[in-house]
Amino acid sequence: MINRTIFPAQFKGTFQQPDIFGYYGQFGGAYIPEMLHRNVEELKARYLQIINDASFQQEYQQLLKDYVGRPTPLYFAPRLSKEFNTRIYLKREDLCHTGAHKINNTIGQILLAEKLGKRRIIAETGAGQHGVATATVCALKGLQCIVYMGEKDIERQAPNVARMKMLGATVVPATSGSKTLKDATNEAIRDWINNPSDTHYIIGSVVGPHPYPDMVARFQSVISAEIRRQLKETTGKELPSQVVACVGGGSNAAGAFYHFLEEPAVQLVAVEAAGHGVNSGMSAATTQLGKPGILHGSKSLVMQTADGQVVEPHSISAGLDYPGVGPLHAHLFETGRGRFLSATDDQALEAAFHLAKTEGIIPALETAHALAVLKDLGAGPHDTIVLCLSGRGDKDMATYMKAMETGKF
Amino acid sequence: MNRLNELFQRKQKNILNVYCTAGYPRLHDTLPIMRAVQAAGADIIELGMPYSDPLADGPVIQQSSSIALANGMTIAALFDQLKDFRKQVQIPVILMGYMNPVLQFGFEKFCRQAADLPVDGLILPDLPEREFETEYGPILQRYGLNFTFLVTPETSEERVRRLDALSSGFLYAVSSSSTTGSSKNMQHVTAYLERLRSYQLKNPILVGFGIHDKASFNAACEHANGAIIGTAFIKALDNSTDPEGKALEFVNGILK
Repeated sequence: MINRTIFPAQFKGTFQQPDIFGYYGQFGGAYIPEMLHRNVEELKARYLQIINDASFQQEYQQLLKDYVGRPTPLYFAPRLSKEFNTRIYLKREDLCHTGAHKINNTIGQILLAEKLGKRRIIAETGAGQHGVATATVCALKGLQCIVYMGEKDIERQAPNVARMKMLGATVVPATSGSKTLKDATNEAIRDWINNPSDTHYIIGSVVGPHPYPDMVARFQSVISAEIRRQLKETTGKELPSQVVACVGGGSNAAGAFYHFLEEPAVQLVAVEAAGHGVNSGMSAATTQLGKPGILHGSKSLVMQTADGQVVEPHSISAGLDYPGVGPLHAHLFETGRGRFLSATDDQALEAAFHLAKTEGIIPALETAHALAVLKDLGAGPHDTIVLCLSGRGDKDMATYMKAMETGKF
Repeated sequence: MNRLNELFQRKQKNILNVYCTAGYPRLHDTLPIMRAVQAAGADIIELGMPYSDPLADGPVIQQSSSIALANGMTIAALFDQLKDFRKQVQIPVILMGYMNPVLQFGFEKFCRQAADLPVDGLILPDLPEREFETEYGPILQRYGLNFTFLVTPETSEERVRRLDALSSGFLYAVSSSSTTGSSKNMQHVTAYLERLRSYQLKNPILVGFGIHDKASFNAACEHANGAIIGTAFIKALDNSTDPEGKALEFVNGILK
């Protein structure tokens, strides 16, 4: 049973799939310069037909099984459940090949790129997880791979830069603006403008112009499809009380929510990065701090100044360090269909160390934000909580080691 | 009829449109540079409203935008600088920028204040034609502002015609491929511009890519009504303590 008196807002909204122009309510669309029109139009015209094609699905499912290692386990976390006096299941996306859910999308998009006849692949990356997942599928398919990464992120994510290079990708530093994910995305878009005929842009999250948000959500939806099936098998019921996931751009949350969007009995909990605190001026909690605006080709909530300049967010986790959020999530927020919480840098660190010690799982810093709100869910012994454990913590060991030195953890 | 339409009635060849970033290199250089560009004989000024994430621009213009923003340039500050500017600058002026800052300012308020200055038109490369038709075009029309769409070599004939029909003032022909200006590239460009010319569109066509000197300006003008120079002009202003003098010198170098 969900306690309806505490969170009445969750039942207000009904989710609507995007219309043919890519709008989820007022959010979405394709606000792109003409130079991108042909490529985006081609994707828009063909993505559904390609994805739904039987031969595509066969190859996609085969690779998810044999190469990615799906289905990932839905693990009942006994000690965590006991502690929070509820039933907590962890969807183990951290066990995917390359260490996070990102590869669900890159496998799908590389097959799509092949169908479109594109031989050159570009991507943006923040922490490097999407860059690694893209470099991996490019190696798998023998396609050229160029990854744009902020100069600052290259410095702080050296192991992932090395992984991408070892996989044969070229890593190009984004030196403009704030030199992080936002600017890497700008550079990738510029590359696409300059290479319109042979290149496919693999966006890593549910952001960008239509059809990217819907396309990436569909590729990630394998997460919630498996959750439903696995819950049914283990508990006899397909629907959990709550699904919890962290949100930067929002791809793992989109995937974990997807098959529950039209199930009002399931509360969808999105956890943003509050950085030093939502109102500290050093935060990435876009739904709390953003206003409707246009960033990277779609209308959504955007962190910006009163003059409409996009501001630089802050989060300890590079993967959540983004001043926007996918239009799907802006819609979930606006309609009240989703419940939006946030966790600070310190709360995330604490949650990461806690999971390591209680369940023997070292989560990615992004995922740790979702873990940090378990105490705030208001769940009881008869509730079933599914938390999307989107990635593993190997890439964050430098941060965790620094945290240990403080003696706090 | 505004200055832009008057210009094209009077002159159909060798139109020079010079792009500059408002508030660059220093906050209050905007108007002196506009004066110099006019004095040197340019036909149109395209005034860039700086944005933190200018997707359709290259690194040089993005860098100038970052500097202008750091200088404190905003839409409100620009409108303030342009108050009474018509006493000094009489040639057509169009504003170029991105949707987000304009939306935050308020689209209708923006159009009303722009028309009051008055400027003559607007370019927002990330405003899609569908939203233009359903939402924003009627507002622009109400305030008598021209709106220019971009076309590229990848734009189909059908779409060029559609964007031409929606545009007023002129149509902006850009290249979607690199701006290196190799001879092979130039052949492609020529073929593309001749293709546009053969459509006999309603609007004049200004070419905007890789035009950096007198020779490339003259070459572009052979196949279109004129050209837009942006990056090369911004480069010419680089680090100058006398941007007005540099602006004059640069435009003179193109036209004389």
